Amino acid sequence: MTAAIRLQDLTLGYDRHPAVHHLSGEIAEGSLTALVGPNGGGKSTLLKGITGVLTPLGGRIDVEVGRENIAYLPQSAEIDRDFPLSVFDLVSTGLWHESGLFGGVGRTGREKIKNALATVSLTGFEDRPVGTLSGGQMQRALFARLLLQEARLILLDEPFTAIDEATVRDLIALIERWNKEGRTVLTVLHDIDLARRHFPEAILLARHCIAWGETKKVLTPDNFHRASHVRAAPDPAADVCAREVA
Amino acid sequence: MYDLFIGPFVEFGFMQRALVGSLALALGAGPVGVFLMLRRMSLMGDAMAHAILPGAALGYLIAGLSLPAMTIGGLAAGVAVAVLAGLVARFTALREDASLAAFYLVSLALGVMLVSLRGSNVDLLHVLFGTVLALDDAALILIAGITSLTLITLALIYRGLVLECIDPNFLRSVSRIGTPVHLIFLALVVMNLVGGFQALGTLLAVGLMMLPAAGARLWTTDIAKLLGLAVLAGMASGYAGLLVSYHAGVPAGPSIILAAGVFYLVSLAFGTDGGVIRRLIPTRHLEA
Repeated sequence: MTAAIRLQDLTLGYDRHPAVHHLSGEIAEGSLTALVGPNGGGKSTLLKGITGVLTPLGGRIDVEVGRENIAYLPQSAEIDRDFPLSVFDLVSTGLWHESGLFGGVGRTGREKIKNALATVSLTGFEDRPVGTLSGGQMQRALFARLLLQEARLILLDEPFTAIDEATVRDLIALIERWNKEGRTVLTVLHDIDLARRHFPEAILLARHCIAWGETKKVLTPDNFHRASHVRAAPDPAADVCAREVA
Repeated sequence: MYDLFIGPFVEFGFMQRALVGSLALALGAGPVGVFLMLRRMSLMGDAMAHAILPGAALGYLIAGLSLPAMTIGGLAAGVAVAVLAGLVARFTALREDASLAAFYLVSLALGVMLVSLRGSNVDLLHVLFGTVLALDDAALILIAGITSLTLITLALIYRGLVLECIDPNFLRSVSRIGTPVHLIFLALVVMNLVGGFQALGTLLAVGLMMLPAAGARLWTTDIAKLLGLAVLAGMASGYAGLLVSYHAGVPAGPSIILAAGVFYLVSLAFGTDGGVIRRLIPTRHLEA
């Protein structure tokens, strides 16, 4: 079993306050993992660390498949949907690895975009401004962009928040397809049932790693109880981490 | 008709230059303004315009009303304030808007002080409000150069700039280009303001940047049309402003910006994509 991501004593955070504290472990290539935990538990922070948006405060992240091989879905709140961009143009940014900053999107590119939109059932939405899409349609468009990236490692930050059941079902089917194709998928989730039903592996994160492994052994009442005792907000009066002093 | 709309520009060389200068300015400043607006940085242009003043004033103090000296001074001051504000935002508790406000106010005061050290109030008015009717060849070439460079640069960084606006975290996940693109864009803002201040002065230069952009947004939500419309509106304002100024004998710079202001007000009222009237008229809703 080769690792797609290797975390060694990783600490990530903001202004010296750790959001992810001394985390170590491996995410196997081709695995399907749910990242679960309370708000403020460091789930999004961990994804940002893996993509390279955030630099670790300590320890290291090794992305064995290569950072250029990551497809990342940010939380929907971080996307400015007032920007006057069409669905087609938004999805086309998924071809960045081919087009880069300057290159054009050729005929094969346009064909790929059309196919991706068809896969997420958004055919006919090409010219719509993204601001007019519903939450579910927007998420479908962003999944179409992920399809185009053809990445070996796919990181999804709360893809199912405020999304109806039919859309969740379609998007889960896409995630399972990626998994069958041998891609590694790591998804932040709040729906525990969904995690139990569709994700073989799970990480329960509450700043510290509470549990990591087979989903049914991780998502236990006992572990959730332990996770709920971690203070989510940073403590302004916190001392320097004992492991730093040592 | 001819005397009213075309005559002044055929008859007088200074009117021709003023027209060419305004058209070129609108061509470059329009798209920059659109992106400033879309990035929610509309007031940033204003702040930068003030920040340019001490540099231009220093150039003026050293070399008098010399184009190169004032241009270089303005560019240096603008870039310095943009970079300083960025650094303050990154390394202190203050946000970028607060630090920018602080720096530009200091700059403005410093600039007015510098100009008054040597010149008269007339000179101060010249720097603050420009002289579009006195553009010489060198100034026109400068404006044309800045506009060309702006359009080429925007074309090159367009995809990165759009992504940096709409989805910066995604951009950071696929490329490291985000920060350079942001800085290049800030440089374009400063350059266009420096080009504009020859014609319209440091205070009004930003008008040809923001008013057409804000007005255009009320007519369309398509980015390509938005850019085109902002340019057209800016050019039309330049033309109309100069005509009014010629026939009514009022100052040209404010007249151009007021024309852009009229476009903005008309857009507010009649804009088909967010204007007031369109929203007030009760319409029958559709089937789907």
